[in-house]
Amino acid sequence: MKRQTLAALVVLLMGAAGYAALFVAPTERTMGLIQRIFYLHMPSAITAFVAFFIVFVANLLYVFRRERRWDWLGVSAAEVGTAFVTVVLVTGPIWAKPVWGIWWTWDARLTSTFVLWLLYISYLLLRTLIEDPERRALASAVFGVFAFLDVPLVYMSIRWWRTQHPQPVLLGGPGSGLQPTMKLVLLLSFIALVSLMILLVRERYRLETLRAEVDVLRREVETP
Amino acid sequence: MSQPQQPLGVRFENIEKRYGSIVGLRGVSLAIASGECVALVGHNGSGKTTLLRVAATLIRPSSGKLAFSSYGNASSEIRRRLSMVAHATMLYEEFTAAENLQLTGQLYGVENSSRRIGELLEHAGLAARRGSLVRTFSRGMRQRLAIARALLTEPSLLLLDEPGTGLDVQGAAWLTDTLRQLRDAGCTILMSLHGRSELAPIATRALRLEAGAVAADSAVAGTVRGVLNSVVP
Amino acid sequence: MSTVRAAAILAAKELRAELRTRELLATTIVFVLVVVVLFSFTFDPTSAESRRFGPGLLWLAFLFAGSLMLQPCFVKEQQNDTISALRLAPIEPFFIFLGKLAANVFFMFLAELLLLPIFAILSNVPVLGVLWQLLLVFLLGSVGIAGLGTALSAISAHARMRELLLPLLLLPALAPVLIASTEATAGLLAETPEFRQQWLGFLVAFDVVFLTATWLFGEYLLEE
Repeated sequence: MKRQTLAALVVLLMGAAGYAALFVAPTERTMGLIQRIFYLHMPSAITAFVAFFIVFVANLLYVFRRERRWDWLGVSAAEVGTAFVTVVLVTGPIWAKPVWGIWWTWDARLTSTFVLWLLYISYLLLRTLIEDPERRALASAVFGVFAFLDVPLVYMSIRWWRTQHPQPVLLGGPGSGLQPTMKLVLLLSFIALVSLMILLVRERYRLETLRAEVDVLRREVETP
Repeated sequence: MSQPQQPLGVRFENIEKRYGSIVGLRGVSLAIASGECVALVGHNGSGKTTLLRVAATLIRPSSGKLAFSSYGNASSEIRRRLSMVAHATMLYEEFTAAENLQLTGQLYGVENSSRRIGELLEHAGLAARRGSLVRTFSRGMRQRLAIARALLTEPSLLLLDEPGTGLDVQGAAWLTDTLRQLRDAGCTILMSLHGRSELAPIATRALRLEAGAVAADSAVAGTVRGVLNSVVP
Repeated sequence: MSTVRAAAILAAKELRAELRTRELLATTIVFVLVVVVLFSFTFDPTSAESRRFGPGLLWLAFLFAGSLMLQPCFVKEQQNDTISALRLAPIEPFFIFLGKLAANVFFMFLAELLLLPIFAILSNVPVLGVLWQLLLVFLLGSVGIAGLGTALSAISAHARMRELLLPLLLLPALAPVLIASTEATAGLLAETPEFRQQWLGFLVAFDVVFLTATWLFGEYLLEE
């Protein structure tokens, strides 16, 4: 799909999803207007997971194929995924404050998401600290695999921990009384955000390919 | 000096090694038969060290294939029969000479290692310092120890990267003598050196590398002496 | 030659090297001690509070100490390029890790063992009744920390700012170990001690996952 077509589609979907979230979805009984942020919060989390799965696959492909494009895909998806996790971490407190009166709580999902965010920030930081492109690609690919294997362990341990020490659960449990309309809006939001993710990853990937080209050109100019 | 166990040759098939946009090795295809004693010459940066380390399986080529005469790919079986004397000594400073050799002996499963270690240290002129920490050794002594360690495992393929570095006249003579004996016993040797090195005469074949590619090969054209002298200063 | 034997040889080498220099163990023990002492007089906890917060503090201290102690693991093999000698040897890369892992677990466990009585005295928490179970938790937790830490220290050895990088990579990834070990320890130190088996099972699972990952990716972790 051409860049412009995808961009147009994303704008359309995001607009539709935004409109639906604000005006079409019914107002939630207890929490009122602020609950609508749920349509951004939840799908962002799932989209982030999709992005991180892409990172995982790209990492594996790099380790075994050693083609630069998998490294480019890995970093692109990781950055975009981290951005989406940041959205989750920001919308959480924005919801929590008016509803619960607290900015933050170490509930299972929020805690796990925070650790996930830290893991992928580490991945990105690792990349800035290794200069040699091949070594950087391999090191971050292997770390990426380890990080991804860690994710279910993080979620599991935090969930068990929280069942032993219960805390207020933000944002309701899974599927806690969602009306059919709400579910549809949620689905629309999800589709919009995933297409946004795809657009951002593609653009970021393109940036990475351009960077590589510049590097080659620069070296050609520099060496006599 | 004992006999190497079984003959071992190595073959490079279109080996390339890229570091980003810098090419370390380009399209290197050559076969080194078992028993050959190959001298590798070329300027600094021509790819000699890279070639040696690819042969040692320390560096993974960007493309191409490395094959050994007994097995298809490098495996721990191959590594058992190859040894390397590299730029760095690969010695533990906090261990004694004897301890460094003992570790190698254990990792390679060398038989009669204590006896062989004693013999080798004697042979290398380090017997008196066997209980001294490597930290206290001079450059020449370290180099001799590194060479002794490479010999301990009775390699069938010996890779040496400018092995004369740091050796005095005596040490160089000892090395030349030792390598000549190994060559005569059937060990395959690939060594990078300068054309004027004392080791040059024992070579049965010479290769010149230029910008990562094989520019001259005495097995294809010319003589060993010819190739060795062809390095333009 | 048996490859597990190779790991044993390498572990012995690590221990012998440490015996010569004695840097690692001393600094690790002192570090944990300082953290525990500082906590004790900063918060001046009662016995009940120590039971509640002590385990978490202890494991945090172990985690920090561990990530500092593990950092030189592969960096010191860059001196004289001794890592290449290990890679040249006819042993699978995994057993290089296993040897170092065994030595690292030994050091950590030793440090923890020496600190346990000090902690017990400073916080007035009885430990003798649950000593063996506690030591089991310490062992499993240490395998978790050292298991992932040894693998990641191979990655950080090639990066800039590696003193800071390894803790940065390791600490979020070890969140599951922190939680599991703390919960298991807290259970044992409670008024009525309980042996929380599921956490020990979890620690075993964590160890298995990352040992397997190291086995699969070991050679890539060590690549030049």
